[in-house]
Amino acid sequence: MTTRIRFLLQLGFTLLVCLFMIVPVVMSALAGLTENYFVGLKSGLTLRWVNDVWQLYADTIWLSIRLALACLTVTVLLGVPAAYGLLRSRRRWANAIEEALLLPVAVPGLATALALLLAYGHYREFRDSWLFILVGHVLFTLPFMIRPVLSVMRTARLPQLEEAAASLGAGFWRRFLTVVVPNCMSGILAGALMVVTLSIGEFNITWMLHTPLTKTLPVGLADSYASMRLEIGSAYTLIFLVMIVPLLVAIQWAGRLTVQHH
Amino acid sequence: MTTVSQWRLRAGAASSSAKAAAGPAGTRRQQRLALLALAPALTMFCAFWLLPFARLVLMGAEIDRGSGISAYLAILTHRQYLISLAATLGVSLVVSITAVGIAGLAGFFLARHCFPGKAALVAILTFPLAFPGVVVGFLVIMLGGRQGILAQLSQWLFDERWIFAYSLTGLFVGYLYFSIPRVITTVMAACETLDRSLEEAARSLGADTWRVTRDVIVPGIAPALLSTGAICFATSMGAFGTAFTLGTRMSILPLNIYGEFTNYANFAMAAALSVVLGLITWLALSIARKLAGSSLGAPA
Repeated sequence: MTTRIRFLLQLGFTLLVCLFMIVPVVMSALAGLTENYFVGLKSGLTLRWVNDVWQLYADTIWLSIRLALACLTVTVLLGVPAAYGLLRSRRRWANAIEEALLLPVAVPGLATALALLLAYGHYREFRDSWLFILVGHVLFTLPFMIRPVLSVMRTARLPQLEEAAASLGAGFWRRFLTVVVPNCMSGILAGALMVVTLSIGEFNITWMLHTPLTKTLPVGLADSYASMRLEIGSAYTLIFLVMIVPLLVAIQWAGRLTVQHH
Repeated sequence: MTTVSQWRLRAGAASSSAKAAAGPAGTRRQQRLALLALAPALTMFCAFWLLPFARLVLMGAEIDRGSGISAYLAILTHRQYLISLAATLGVSLVVSITAVGIAGLAGFFLARHCFPGKAALVAILTFPLAFPGVVVGFLVIMLGGRQGILAQLSQWLFDERWIFAYSLTGLFVGYLYFSIPRVITTVMAACETLDRSLEEAARSLGADTWRVTRDVIVPGIAPALLSTGAICFATSMGAFGTAFTLGTRMSILPLNIYGEFTNYANFAMAAALSVVLGLITWLALSIARKLAGSSLGAPA
């Protein structure tokens, strides 16, 4: 009897926490689809606000997608070799380097952005282009690519596989591209999903680095929250959620995949 | 752990003369290859993070515009900065403890019980992990803003509008919102690794549920709780987006840094505050990683 009551009490508590997490999301989604939020749902449902957001902010959405894909490309090109290098380095060095590469994650984005601005802000062309934001995103997301790739490399018996390939006469590049990379595909996939999700949602660095011509989705969101009516901010948030939720589902799925794999 | 790495180092030293094509880590050729593979990432890191940040550290020692002394010194001697430092530390600490308490309970419950609809609850509690701080700020406005649900409810019930979003409470609620998913995921993972036989042993010795919880379960997941608490603390310390969206007049370090930089062009003070804030969050995350060893702790 007491176990039953205890179960129900804990369930009730957990449901309350769930309500706290989900109610504002549902309200925001509804507000984005309601004709007039102040009047309420009886004013009718509409896609007008979503359409308005598209008119006003479509370029921020495209820039965010472009940035995320560019960031993914750069982190794969830098991160996969780096993970391999860490695997092959002496333990002490590998730890120190990993620790260093983690610094842009450990330090608030505001500080990283400030450092970048003060060091490179006076190169006008670089500062005004979207590449300036890309640099910030790459610094911030690189550890999230290296970490899963390295952990897959550590469990994939890479040294033995490579030795086998080397004894058959494969050179370094051949080994890297046909043995190392295919064997850590699941790590690359997990890292890629994480990098894209983080890049699309990144605000703290981007807000400092953006210019009126290089506004990303989260920058646009902050802009709409500050200066537009509630319905537009809500519709914009809805678009962001529609973009980000499939990625989150994919991350969970990829996580389960790598767990099963090992 | 140390013996293994020592063994590897010795093995590496022994085989460094014998050049194997794909030998163990430690041969000179291997080391050169490793460095080459790391070179692009390290170059990027040094050029765009390490050097700029080193400059930021130096810049913080320059003269602060407001007080005429070195900015680091000004932080330590001026009331306004000390108060804002204390406020930021205080809010972050209280949020972390509250989040660990609330989400620890819910996470433990979810890890231990199976019932229909559990997957949906877990999804609701973990997906907000990826919401940026700005969005979290907006969600707090949906809850406690001028047109928020609390204002509507209180208008309907008591004919007055209750608003908390733009105050310290709003900041607290927002930080709590992005901390809960972090704690839930960690606690659920930690509960999976708990040794159930210890609890059964305690129970067979006559311990009631409360004692089992206090003496077996909580000590068992204590490292995970502390580690996730430290991550929440670091995230809250650096959370700029949430505070920015809420537009609070609160004196919080991230808002101070932004204000000194954009409103007053006081670069020395902005740099010094950034370095102090960075040092605090880095320390907290280092402790978290020492305790847990795995999670990166994605910032909001």
